[in-house]
Amino acid sequence: MIKKAGFYLFLFLLISYCLGPIFWQLITSLKPDIELTKIPPILPQHPTVVHYISVFKRHPFLKIIRNSLVVASFTTIFSLAVGSLSAFALAKLKLKGKMLILGFALSVSIFPPISTVSPLYIIIRGLGLRDTIWALIITYTTFSLPLSIWMLTNFFKQIPDELYLAARIDGCSPFQAFYKILLPLCAPGISATAILVFIFSWNEFLFALTFTSTTASRTIPIAIALFPGIHEIPWGEIAAATIIVIIPLIVLVIAFQRRIVEGLTAGAIKG
Amino acid sequence: MKERGRIYVLPAIIILSLVTIYPLVYVFYLSLHRNMPIFGISKFVALKNYMFLLKDERFWNALKNTIYFTGISVMAELLLGLMIAIFLNRPFRGKGIVRAIVLIPWAIPTVVSAKMWEWIYNPDFGILNYILRENINWLGSPFWAINAAIFMDVWKTTPFAVLLFMAGLKLIPRELYQAAKVDGASDIQIFINITLPLLKPIVLVVLLFRTLDAFRVFDAIYVLTGGGPGNSTETLSIYAYKTLFQTLQFGYGSALSVVVFLCIGIISLFYVRMLLK
Repeated sequence: MIKKAGFYLFLFLLISYCLGPIFWQLITSLKPDIELTKIPPILPQHPTVVHYISVFKRHPFLKIIRNSLVVASFTTIFSLAVGSLSAFALAKLKLKGKMLILGFALSVSIFPPISTVSPLYIIIRGLGLRDTIWALIITYTTFSLPLSIWMLTNFFKQIPDELYLAARIDGCSPFQAFYKILLPLCAPGISATAILVFIFSWNEFLFALTFTSTTASRTIPIAIALFPGIHEIPWGEIAAATIIVIIPLIVLVIAFQRRIVEGLTAGAIKG
Repeated sequence: MKERGRIYVLPAIIILSLVTIYPLVYVFYLSLHRNMPIFGISKFVALKNYMFLLKDERFWNALKNTIYFTGISVMAELLLGLMIAIFLNRPFRGKGIVRAIVLIPWAIPTVVSAKMWEWIYNPDFGILNYILRENINWLGSPFWAINAAIFMDVWKTTPFAVLLFMAGLKLIPRELYQAAKVDGASDIQIFINITLPLLKPIVLVVLLFRTLDAFRVFDAIYVLTGGGPGNSTETLSIYAYKTLFQTLQFGYGSALSVVVFLCIGIISLFYVRMLLK
């Protein structure tokens, strides 16, 4: 009995530890400006949504969210398209140097972003892509490719070779077998990979900070980091913006919790 | 059946080479120059940037900060992650939802968590000082600032360790524990003699991922403190970034970037050797 109570106390502490800071941000976002500079009380005395309104009215937040959505969606599509082709060859086709290719992808994934940011900046400026979302899509697609290749190779390997061979004997070309048989069978693995790639590009900061300079291409992390205040830091608006950004992620995490965990652990344990 | 796998991997290899390998060669080339792109200056100076780096106190300070940040935060994440995972390694109702909640700090953008914690650490209206009944200027004092950054990082990244450890613990057969219990082993003996050795590969993988991530830390500290007060929280990535894009010294900044790359390479080789043992 005591053991059980202890366990639930621990669970309660763990959940407060994880959600406490976010909850505090939610409370902050609902406080009018005068209450922000007073503590106690902790809870808002006159809850208000002014900060949520001004995030959209006084700042181009809608455009920023759209940029983030476009960048993350294109990155996910490109990374999965290119990644799944490679994974298919690595898992099911005859190919020389498979280990070499996987090792190459793995070593790219540990590259510190800071090590490539200066030449990439010069290249992107040279191509006239500075301050466009394409600068971000190209970079994110590349840096998420190793993750896509590794995860999808693992998932494709789980599909029996016999299925692929049967499709080939029935007259499918390798490519047909790939997109008619393997892809649909791998749907869970593909969605797990897609979620991780999406979250990666939704959250990335260093490249976005370097390659973007106006609302034309700025993404959410940059907008939040550089939130402009007239006299002092607008904590209420920042809190509101934070909550707006976190909610879709919380929904995504709760809906796909199992997939995300599978994706994260599959690579680490098998690889 | 002739299967040509090569064309399928070609796009990935081309993209990876163009956007990672080529820049890597380029950054090394840049690091051998005195380069200020906005003024159109570029002059070959051989290893001068690296010679300067050896005498640059700000570089050594950044290296020290990076090592301190990495060492403390990775250790804390590992121990805390292991503890939480062991506690959660039992069937209970609502396990899925608890796992989802643990994932939330990991999923939110680092920038967002840095802004959140900056507000929590606020000396006048922050909830931390209120709870502790203290009046500490968390981000304004060199000692507290780096530790505040570490605390934030631990909050954000421990979930990743918890998940991997939980997956690892699930692979240990329950019979082993039961047998040990029958033989009269205590919980601590079971942990040291069964759990830890069987979990060793996962521990190493978590250590590898987390060390590499912590060593290249940028957004968390850049947004939380900007490297200050003074340069007390400036890490290698932040110093390199400021050199590149604030003082616009592309040559020297690239040399700093190359050093970060070399450190990461050495750390990975070290861990990979441990893993293969």
